Amino acid sequence: MKNSTRMLAIAAAGTLALTACGGSGFEEETGGDGGGASQPPASAEGPAALRMLIGSSGDAETNAVKEAAQAWADETGNTVEVTVASDLNQELAQGFAGGSPADIFYLDAQSLADNAKAGNLYAYEAENNDDFYESLRNSFTYDGKQWCAPKDFSTLALIINTAMWEEAGLTDDDVPTTYDELAEVAATLTDGDRPGLVLGPGIDRAGAFVVGNGGWWLNEDGTEPTADTPEVLAGLQYVQDLMKEGSAKLSSQVDTGWGGEAFGTEKGAMTVEGNWIKGAVANDYPDLEYKAVEMPEGPAGPGTLLFTVCWGIAADSPNQAQAVELVNHLTTPEQQMAFAEAFGVMPSRQSAAEDYKNAFPEDAAFIAGGEYGHGPVNAPAIKPVVDDLNSKLENFAEADLKAALESFDTNAMSVLGQ
Amino acid sequence: MIVILGLFLVGPIVMALWVSVSDWTGRGSPFSGNVDFVGLKHYRDMLATEGLARQDFMISLRNTFYYVLGVVPVQTVLALLLAVIVNQKFLKGRTFFRTAFYFPSVVSSVAISLVFLFLFTGTGAVNRFLGLLGISGPNWFADARGVLHLIGDGIGLWNMGSPPAFLTDTRVMNLSLWEWFSGPSVAMSAIMLQVVWTTAGTFMLMFLAALQDLPAEVDEAAMVDGANKWQRFMNVTIPHLRPTILLVITLGIIGTWQVFDQVYVMTSGAPAKTTLTPAYLSYSTAFNQLNFPRGAAMAFLLFLLIFALTQLQRWLLRDKDEVARRRAERQQRRQRRQGRTTTTAGEAAIARTTVEEAQS
Repeated sequence: MKNSTRMLAIAAAGTLALTACGGSGFEEETGGDGGGASQPPASAEGPAALRMLIGSSGDAETNAVKEAAQAWADETGNTVEVTVASDLNQELAQGFAGGSPADIFYLDAQSLADNAKAGNLYAYEAENNDDFYESLRNSFTYDGKQWCAPKDFSTLALIINTAMWEEAGLTDDDVPTTYDELAEVAATLTDGDRPGLVLGPGIDRAGAFVVGNGGWWLNEDGTEPTADTPEVLAGLQYVQDLMKEGSAKLSSQVDTGWGGEAFGTEKGAMTVEGNWIKGAVANDYPDLEYKAVEMPEGPAGPGTLLFTVCWGIAADSPNQAQAVELVNHLTTPEQQMAFAEAFGVMPSRQSAAEDYKNAFPEDAAFIAGGEYGHGPVNAPAIKPVVDDLNSKLENFAEADLKAALESFDTNAMSVLGQ
Repeated sequence: MIVILGLFLVGPIVMALWVSVSDWTGRGSPFSGNVDFVGLKHYRDMLATEGLARQDFMISLRNTFYYVLGVVPVQTVLALLLAVIVNQKFLKGRTFFRTAFYFPSVVSSVAISLVFLFLFTGTGAVNRFLGLLGISGPNWFADARGVLHLIGDGIGLWNMGSPPAFLTDTRVMNLSLWEWFSGPSVAMSAIMLQVVWTTAGTFMLMFLAALQDLPAEVDEAAMVDGANKWQRFMNVTIPHLRPTILLVITLGIIGTWQVFDQVYVMTSGAPAKTTLTPAYLSYSTAFNQLNFPRGAAMAFLLFLLIFALTQLQRWLLRDKDEVARRRAERQQRRQRRQGRTTTTAGEAAIARTTVEEAQS
């Protein structure tokens, strides 16, 4: 009896101690709403020691970022420690919970709203903010505020296997510019079990056709679901029709993990993928000949999806002023071109677009998507709703599209209403 | 010792319990002033409120239920079988087999998961082998069809294309009966095979230790009594192993309900959420959706479930002879006590009468 009382007392003391440790980093900070551009940035006296957390695609990216950060550090007398996360979301969350997050970090557009709402972010604008593509700025806008500066971006384009293209008797004039033409060439390129078009699963690919039809899952400010509308349905219906005709298949149906793998192993003549397919083909299928063309235009004009990451700055960082300076350095057109050459990302500044096109003419189709692409679904707590829709579309050819969209709206309504 | 327990056990549990009833967003300490108490909201979302949260949680429970139902009996029987084989005195190369059977248990589960991903691709080794037997194997990790659905379809119980209306129209906790009775999906079955293969070795070791503890005289005595091999196994070995069987099944149930690594590495819950498990869902809710309170609430629900099931299992597997013996003992004691009270009462009565007689 005596023992257990003592144990309880000590446990309670331990819990209190935990409270104290966890709280210390937090209480001193500015408060609940996570800063905002109206507040002056926190700035420590003297040279700052910045910590940067990145999710890297490989040594090329890690070294390029380290080099760029070091150049800034040498110039300004501060220090930057770059850490590569193996699971970025988890390590970021740990930092925020512990009260001492990395000062500056990669933040995917899909996680923006959740983090902004939780108060994890310090909102800022980099120098010459209007130079960033508008669609990218929108991807990092939540609650009427832009939260961070776009680092770079990727878009989807139509990737064509040129050997199969010529084999089917098609020429450069046949490159599809409308959805009808795409359906035609897909049918022409279909050869037995091998479909003309292979798509990765989920709305991250099929969604491009939704944009081309003028639809989107949420309204402009991300407050109301709009999936159960004729435009969205038309986009998905177009893809489903291609599948029913046998001229399109999902990458999982041809036993591959994603569109690039299906394309590389020649299990499809065309695919819709982003500019990352360049690196994958160069590494895994070096002999494959292909070209990337812009997505054909839908009834509502050209449509593609874009994927982007920004330089997030923590609300709890004591060195926000220095972090913004570092972002300014990292997002100059010259520095963005250096990153592009090192690990193949596209600059987020429009002023760098010309240089990029000259340096990588084969990527013209991808960079063009920056003008009309649509970023990810941008609202807090929406992830499980999107995942649920994706799981309903896994058997795309036989999915009940109307019902799937209706249930998306119902589910989205309940999370957006909170 | 107590400090360590408090810091690493009691503290985190109290903290998690608080998080599960708060609106903590994952920023700063959950005990700070900005975090409010929201009661059982997150528990209600998963159990009572019609919505996506409950649907996902129920799907994960269904998946894991079939997973446990498949894995625990198979791994227990297989482990026992392997232990009996390795325990034979006249087996040549016993050490080799012992090592070989135990080997999967010491390899990292992440490495094994990756190997299985390759084995079970549509054109992988498993399907090539099945092809030799004239069976065209499924595209394992992309196949969301339920095994019970397939079996029912195979024996003509129903048609998977148009399942019986009374099953699809009755909905219990967000899922139709048809969905509840799907069985594990083909993808989940592949994970189950892998887990049985990796864990059987560990449990074999436990059985082996218990088998080597079995006194040879008992076995010999049974032999003298004319029991054949099978009778000796069923009536001498198995009763001797009862505590070990209890241990293996308990550990099995606890471990399987918590399945995480395989899902994290191989499927992330796909295809069509059929490999979603409560542990993985709790992780992804907390860290990918930044909904820490719901993730914590899920962890506590999972704990309650495992606790209840383990108790149930202990009760089912209790030693009935032992229970009967104890009950008899208790009864005897009670009778003895009652007997004693009657005697003393009688004596007192006699004493009283004697006293009364003396007074008069």
